[in-house]
Amino acid sequence: MSEALHIHPESTVVGHHDDHNGHGHHHQSFVSKYVFSMDHKTIGKQFLITGIVWAVIGGLFSVLFRLQLGFPGQEFPILETFFGERAAGGLIKPEFYYSLVTMHGTVLVFFVLTAGLSGTFANFLIPLQIGARDMASPFLNMLSYWFFFLASVIMLSSLFVQTGPASGGWTMYPPLSALGQAGDGSKIGTDLWLISMALFIVSSLLGGLNYISTILNMRTKGMSMTRLPLPIWALFFTAVLGVLSFPVLLSGAILLLFDRNLGTSFFLSDIVINGEVLPNEGGSAILYQHLFWFLGHPEVYIILLPAMGMVSEIMSVNSRKPIFGYMAMLGSMFAIAILAFLVWAHHMFVTGLNPFLGSVFVLLTLLIAVPSAIKVFNWLTTLWRGNIRFTVGMLFAIGFVSLFISGGLTGIFLGNSTIDIHLHDTMFVVAHFHIVMGVASMFGMFAGIYHWFPKMYGRYMNATLGYIHFWVTIIGAYLIFWPMHYQGLAGIPRRYLDKSGWHSFNQFGDLDKMITVVTIVVFAVQLMFIFNFFYSIFKGRKVTSSNPWGATTLEWTTPINPGHGNWPGEIPEVHRWPYDYGKDGREYIPQTEPVGSNESKH
Amino acid sequence: MEISATVENQRKKIHPHKYTLWVAIGSILMMFAGLTSAFIVKSNLVGWRDVKMPQIFWFSTVAIILSSVTMHMALRSFRNRERLKYRQFIAITVALGIAFVVMQLAGFSELWNQQHVTLKGVTGAGQFLYVIFGLHGLHVLGGIIALIVMFIRAFFGKSKNYSSVPVEVAATYWHFVDLLWIYLLVFFIVIG
Repeated sequence: MSEALHIHPESTVVGHHDDHNGHGHHHQSFVSKYVFSMDHKTIGKQFLITGIVWAVIGGLFSVLFRLQLGFPGQEFPILETFFGERAAGGLIKPEFYYSLVTMHGTVLVFFVLTAGLSGTFANFLIPLQIGARDMASPFLNMLSYWFFFLASVIMLSSLFVQTGPASGGWTMYPPLSALGQAGDGSKIGTDLWLISMALFIVSSLLGGLNYISTILNMRTKGMSMTRLPLPIWALFFTAVLGVLSFPVLLSGAILLLFDRNLGTSFFLSDIVINGEVLPNEGGSAILYQHLFWFLGHPEVYIILLPAMGMVSEIMSVNSRKPIFGYMAMLGSMFAIAILAFLVWAHHMFVTGLNPFLGSVFVLLTLLIAVPSAIKVFNWLTTLWRGNIRFTVGMLFAIGFVSLFISGGLTGIFLGNSTIDIHLHDTMFVVAHFHIVMGVASMFGMFAGIYHWFPKMYGRYMNATLGYIHFWVTIIGAYLIFWPMHYQGLAGIPRRYLDKSGWHSFNQFGDLDKMITVVTIVVFAVQLMFIFNFFYSIFKGRKVTSSNPWGATTLEWTTPINPGHGNWPGEIPEVHRWPYDYGKDGREYIPQTEPVGSNESKH
Repeated sequence: MEISATVENQRKKIHPHKYTLWVAIGSILMMFAGLTSAFIVKSNLVGWRDVKMPQIFWFSTVAIILSSVTMHMALRSFRNRERLKYRQFIAITVALGIAFVVMQLAGFSELWNQQHVTLKGVTGAGQFLYVIFGLHGLHVLGGIIALIVMFIRAFFGKSKNYSSVPVEVAATYWHFVDLLWIYLLVFFIVIG
């Protein structure tokens, strides 16, 4: 396969890169160029567009269950038109509601923010920013996308089976997920969920292996590890986390499949269901939770780290200042990657975990505040006295930091096992993880899309639509999730279909209506972003210079529309770190420029 | 020229495919670490049942260790450009690998039929054994398929440059599944 690394080096030397628009000198068929492509840039775009499709589906689900939460008992005849029996009479049925919640979580966590985020930017940025022609193994890379595609098809098909998709929550805890008798969603829907996730895990492992060996082995001359741009470091740690934690989820999923279909009792014990006594004995549902959260917690950082890396880069470029504390950024990402494996049981404080063990996990959890705070201070000091250009990407990067601070602070509440006894499984938890991980990572992703769109498609996205997108989304995100903290502190549980039975919760009726209305508005604005994205691919303003943002990194030394192989001639050599902005009276110095004899040190 | 420069550049470092394999090995180890730790947790709960290790697993151990030796011989002959010997050793390795998988299946059937370790109801060491040894067997099977592909290539292969990297990658993987088996066997004997 090593020959595949250097596909058609001769053809990339042919000129006319600037006006080449997807056809011309490559002599590749449509299928090998756009479908079964081995070009990392095309694979990145495939991940991105599949991720966008999933984001629409997963986002729509949240709009639907917000309708139920905001207007319980209200009939929406249009729902029956689209969903038939599952929303008979325009009312969302309980089973359908749980499916919506489950699939919203699954889709957003795995299909959008794992595959859509790190799949896109790891593929797109790693070879371009380290100075490689492609990934270590373009073939495995292609397989990684197609496993993801297959997982997507199976997950999508589960939405259409008669008994509906999985409905046991995105964590798929047994016994609910292990017994078909437990509910409609626990029938074939859960099998499809598990199979789809197994394929998804294979996809992320293949991808992760490739990202790691590409970063460690394929760097261009002079690109030492400490000269890597921060997105690459972030994607590296992301890949390491994925490669070490996803297999553990796979082992849990395999045991669960055995319990479901072959009658073993790995996770099941002493169950009576509808008056029927099951023969299972000695299984432990807690065991599943351990296996799940050993992935589940690193997964949080798999989602967050790429966003952190891209935000660092975009912030430095648009502040026209070097990133503050490059080594501190590396160190804190390393610390986060280590701690990610040591805190999983903070998801299990109320499962009957030994309180002493719990206190150890409290300590380790609160330790994460240290590297997180270091990163926040570094971002703020990068902005400090910067010559800031408020591009759309930059706004989203700043929005990321805002959300990361707000959401991170509530993590300190939840990380304490004593406070968690009150707050666990309430809307407070929903508010916390949506702000710190969900919306923040979406912001990182948006920042990345707006910033690297010129490199992806040779055109700009419309900035006016971008600004509207940003302001509505950040105001909307706070309006949606901020009030949920109060709901959670008041004790409103998450995942409940209807809480009108509790008099003490009735005071929140109008708040819930407001949240739902804002959710619909924010969702509509995301559709506008998607319109902007696809419109700009074909009709956006063309990029005329190869380095539109005045950035130092290698991806901007390629032609505007790079072919397979990225650089028409030799791969450039690197002479300096990637953050020489505003140095010695110069606005920026590209990484490819040799260090001058009387240049000051950074 | 630029290609040969790249290749030259990479020769100093470890080849990307080998590196990928090492990371993959780490990943596979994590899966088995998850399963064996689940075994330990579960073995302290009520209703746990131990099993008697079927004797055939000792024979399969001998087979897989021998196959590791022949794999090493295959790699040596490939490096010494002795194509005929290379093919023979690969063929023996494949045969030993298949023998290993067959003996594993025989061990399963002994557990199932003579010790009555079925899947329904109580779950103990036996059920874990099916899952863990079964998954290990699948990994061996994957290695066998890779070796068969290489064996066929040794007849029809038309590669321009003589590179031992694919054989080295296969050999490393093969030794890994061998060591993994020894770990699993020792684990089941000591803990199980």
